[in-house]
Parts: sequence; C-alpha cells; structure tokens
Amino acid sequence: MTVMATSPITHDPLAPGHYVNPAPFDPVVSEAMSASEERFYRASAMRLIWWKFRRHRVAVVSAAFLLGLYLMLPFVEAVAPYGLTQRHSDHLLAPPQGVHLMHEGQFVGPFVYPYTFKFNLETFKREYVVDTSRPQPLRFFCSGEPYEMLGFIEGNFHLVCPPKDGTFFLIGTDRLGRDLFSRIIFGARISLTVGLLGIAVSFIIGLTLGGLAGYMGGWVDAAVQRSIEILRSLPELPLWLALSAALPANWSPILVFFAITIILGLLDWPGLARAVRSKLLSLREEEFVRAAELMGASRARIIGHHLVPNFMSHLIASATLSIPSMILGETALSFLGLGLRPPVTSWGVLLNEAQNLAAVNLYPWLLAPMVPVILVVLAFNFMGDGLRDAADPYS
Amino acid sequence: MAILIYIARRAVTMALTLLAISALVFFIIKLPPGDFLTNQIAELQAQGDPSAAAKAEFLRAQYALDRPVWEQYLIWMGLWSGPNGISGLLQGDWGWSFEFQRPVNEVVGGALALTLVVNLAVVVFVHLIAIPIAIYSATRQYSLGDYVATFIGYIGLATPNFLLALILLFYLNRWFGISIGGLMDPRYMNEPMSGAKMSSILSHLIAPVIVIGLSGTAAMIRRMRANLLDELQKQYTVTARAKGMRPLPALLKYPFRMALNPFVADIGNLLPHLVSGSVLVSLVLSLPTVGPVLLQSLKTQDQYLAGFILMFVAVLTVVGMLISDLLLATLDPRIRFGKRG
Repeated sequence: MTVMATSPITHDPLAPGHYVNPAPFDPVVSEAMSASEERFYRASAMRLIWWKFRRHRVAVVSAAFLLGLYLMLPFVEAVAPYGLTQRHSDHLLAPPQGVHLMHEGQFVGPFVYPYTFKFNLETFKREYVVDTSRPQPLRFFCSGEPYEMLGFIEGNFHLVCPPKDGTFFLIGTDRLGRDLFSRIIFGARISLTVGLLGIAVSFIIGLTLGGLAGYMGGWVDAAVQRSIEILRSLPELPLWLALSAALPANWSPILVFFAITIILGLLDWPGLARAVRSKLLSLREEEFVRAAELMGASRARIIGHHLVPNFMSHLIASATLSIPSMILGETALSFLGLGLRPPVTSWGVLLNEAQNLAAVNLYPWLLAPMVPVILVVLAFNFMGDGLRDAADPYS
Repeated sequence: MAILIYIARRAVTMALTLLAISALVFFIIKLPPGDFLTNQIAELQAQGDPSAAAKAEFLRAQYALDRPVWEQYLIWMGLWSGPNGISGLLQGDWGWSFEFQRPVNEVVGGALALTLVVNLAVVVFVHLIAIPIAIYSATRQYSLGDYVATFIGYIGLATPNFLLALILLFYLNRWFGISIGGLMDPRYMNEPMSGAKMSSILSHLIAPVIVIGLSGTAAMIRRMRANLLDELQKQYTVTARAKGMRPLPALLKYPFRMALNPFVADIGNLLPHLVSGSVLVSLVLSLPTVGPVLLQSLKTQDQYLAGFILMFVAVLTVVGMLISDLLLATLDPRIRFGKRG
C-alpha cells in the first residue's frame, strides 16, 4: 500500500515500481475453475435441482419412502398375507396379534401365539383368549393364499404367511373377520392413486387455463381470474359433498372411483392456474423470450421450448404440495359414506367402519388406517417443501 | 375518501361473486336426475296410492319443480315470478324443506347462529394461539420449543381432523368425564338459558374449536414464523437493537407489524378451509351446526335446504374475506391506493 501511495501510477511497463506482464491476456487461464466449480457451472438445470434437493435430508427420506410405497402398489397381493376379502368367521373383530421373538427364554424367531374367541356373557364383550403355550412361527417367502395379481397373473407367493393351522392378524380384524393389515396394504393402491389421478386432472386444467390467461391476457385472463377467485372463496368440502352426492347410485364402484378423482381435481386447479399465470407473466418479459421472438420462433415453440421448462419445476413442487389435500379429501368423503364404495377399498373406506364411538372404545385397532394416511401426507409435505426449495437452482 | 371507494368497489365485487356462486351451487344441486318429489312419487305409486301421487304432483307445481332449471334458479333467487310471486333468497324467503315439511328458516334457524359462533371462535382461537407461538419460534429459532412447535404443526397439518375429533371425543370422555358430543349436556336440553347451561355449552365448544383450528393454526405458525424470521434479519431491526431499544418493543413495534401484513391477507385463504373443517367436524361430533343438515339434505335431494346451506356457507366465507381485506387496507395504506397483486 505504501509503495502505491508514494509512486505515481503510469502505464509504462518499464517504469520503476510498476510491473505489467507483457504476455497476451487469456481469461480462460486467469479465471480457471477448479474441477468441482467447473462441474457446477456446466451442470444442467435438472442436475442442479437434484444437488439442491439432495441436501434436504428429510425430503430425500420422504421421497424414498413414497417411492417404495408406489413401487409396492403393483405387488400388493404378494405383500399382504391375506386376500382382500378373505373372511375368518371365527375371528370377528379380533385384536392385533403381537409378533414375539422369545418363547420362555428361548429364541424361536418371529412367531405368534394363537388365540380363540370367547363371548363373555357377563360383560357382553368379545374376548380373545391367548394360548401362550403354543408358539406358532411365521413363514416367510412362502406360498399361501392364491391370487390373481392385477387380475391376470396367477400366483400364491407371499412375503409373509400365517403359521400352518394358525392365524396372523398383525393389526387385528374387522367386523367380518377380514385381516386389517392386508386390507390397509390393498387400500394403499386406491388411496395413493387417487392423489396422483386427482393431481393429474388439476394439473391439466390448471396448466391450460393458467397458460391461456397468462399468455393471451385480455378478456381470457379476466375470465380465468374471476373463476379462480370464485372457486377459491368457496369452502371445498361442502362442494365436494354436493358433487359426490350428485353421482348416480347405480354407477359401478370403479366408475365412482374415477368420478371422485375428477371431482377432487376439479376444485384444486385454481392454485396451480394462478401459479402458472403469474410465472408466465414474469417470464414473458425475460430477455431470452424477446430474443427468441426476434429470431422468429413461433408461439408454440416459445411456450413449449422456452417457457414451460422454466416453470415446470415450480409447478411440480406445488403439485406435490397439493396431493396431500386430495388424499385427505378422499379419506373424508369416504369416511362420510359419500366417497368410494366397497368393494373398492381405500383407507377412507376402511376408516368408515371406525365412524362411531363404540369402535374407538371397543375396537381401537379399526382406527389403524389413519397411521398410513398421516405418514403419506407428511411425506408428501416434506418432499414438496424440499422440491420447492430446490425448484429454482439459480437463486 | 379512498377507503370508502375501496369498500364500495370490494362490496360490488363481493355481490357479483355471490351471484356467480349461487348459480354454481344451484346447478350442482340439480345435477342428479330427478328431485325429492320424483323419489316420493315413485314410492307412493309403488304403494298404489293414486291420491297421494296427485298430491305430490300438486306439490311439484306449488314449488315450481315442473319448470326448467334456469327458471327454478331465478325463482329461488327471487328474480322471477314463481308460484308465490317474486319471493326468493333476495327477498328473505329461504324456501321449503321437503324432507322436514317446514320452511327452511325453521329447519336451520338455530343452527345458523351456532355455525357462526363456532367459526368465529375458531378464527379467534387460531390467531390467539398462532401469533404467540410463531413469535416464540422465530425469536428462538432451533430451540427445543421451536422444534416442538414445528413438530406439532406438522402433525396438525397431516392428521385428518375428523379422526382427531373422534379420538378427542373418546379420550376427553374417558379421562375427564366430559361428554363433548353435541352442543350441551343432555340434562340442559329443555331448560331455559342459565349460567350452568351457558358454561356447559362453552365447555362443549372447546374440543371442536381446537380440532377445527389445529390445521389452520399449524399453517399460520409456519407462515408467520417464516415472515418474522425474514424481518428479523433486516437492517432496521438490527439498527433498532443497536440503538439500545429493549428487545420486546424492538420486536413488536417494527418487525412484528411487517410480518403481520401477509398474515392478515392470509385469512382469506384460511377461511374456506376452516368452514370446510367445521362442517366435517360437526358431523363427527354431532354438533347442531349446518354441517349435519347439509349432508342429510344432499343425500335426499332436498334442494332448497341444501342450496340455502351451501349459500350460507359461501356468504360466511366471502364476507369474512371482505372483512380481512378491509382490515388489511387499514393496516397497509398501499393496498387502498394500488392494485393488489
């Protein structure tokens, strides 16, 4: 500093006290990046999103959990120990059967104690007497109840089977003696698809209307904006109720299932449409769009090539965050008896059986389907939070 | 002056919104084929009762069910001359409930006030709980209390509130002997209003209010905490502290007021959610709000009853949003003069 202050600044390379390298200046060399920096700057947007998402531990765990669940869906028949409608008339409303490892101080591996039904004539309660003298080891990777996977692949392989001549009701049975654990696993198939199908419906409507509003502007924009405001100021549940009450009673349960997913999606699109619209409005002013326009790109190309990829990550994040409300909505509707109907089995349909106080009081295990509901909703929330933070990798 | 113009503009928008909602609601209710009376007529004819069928036919004409849907809608709204002249929602005639064989205002009259009380109590509850917890969480970020609040918040977000209601109903009864189903202890049912009856009603309201408000509270805490954390890092807060302002006033006077702004704006998003929740929870807890009547009327196609309740719920939300907007306009002058984003 002191040298600089005393000697006058000159542009002569030979002046004393001032050195300038006469070699040609090469910015690539002078601003050389380390290997990791290089990797970062050359990475695609998707890759950056992934790196950012990966830092969010809870979100990654949630994503893995959900991925596992969804991968299980095609194979639920093999995961569940019993069939969906298999009844055990001598085990109605049986309590959960605990899995033990040690029998009288000796290690036997996972096993259950058999129990038998007895009606208590004094208290008028169903009682199950556990016989702790006979441990019945569970069987794994075994052949049990035959099934038709997805309706056409026959098989009888199960991950876990009840012991020979015994039962295995991990979470107990319902009033018809059907294994609740198996039914929850089967219910996952419906409950988890409802969310995805519903969000697909809402995504298509939201993308179309929001895209039109944002890109066309004018009266289209005004009309879409007004309908968004109207739908957003209405409480969802009463409308869901009204719409599902409008479904004809003679429709098949499968048809009702699709109708319910559409109903759930019909009221969810305003949030997405609004996000699409505002994103489009701000992106439309960006320089790269102007450049594309000047180079003569068509409207379709600008939207499809330049705009959509830029806000898709945001959309997917906000869609993930609204899947939980779909799942909860289906659960609520089915719980009230206006949603899915048996034999279609979802977690909400299962909870429908736990509707009264007697169920909570005497057979609390009928409430078990709420556990997967909570877990899945939480996982979607965490994953959505992570995605939202990672959606904009350049910030 | 500006505020008056603002209020007038918002009131007009609100009226138009409600008009659109009424059409939507009526259309949805009329979606299923037939109506309450066609079901009844079919039943009577199956029993071979021609005179009753004629009576039902008379009723159809009486309540204009034989006219096209759009005409029925206008008559219901009170914009078209119906069997009783121009008399509809706009004139204060809420229609006839076929199932209860009484005018709608007699069927739901008592339930309306209670619905209002429950929803109001929930809004107050949400704010009373959410604001202090959010302040605590934000000022003591990553403390034990912060983690606990966040955790409870997530649970509140993820648990279906009707199940929470059911479980709470059961455990409060078992542990404290409070029967929380219904509005009051059965023994007060036919008694005149008294102090004991009032306190019974209040104690019955606690559980529903908590259950309905929980998810809303969770969402509010999350947002408020984030807002406040943003504000706390800004320079004006740092300056205020550096100049020796005591921590509490330094918090409440500037950052808190700034963080409150999006918070009030959020009531609009919160309200539809709360009203939904109150309908559902009332069903489980058998609270005599409009919720249970709505479900029943939708199932039996009791169209004027269902239509009125849906409209009432919509009015409740829209008026609530108007109030929140006005509140926001008083809080933040920018909104009165500029456009809202």
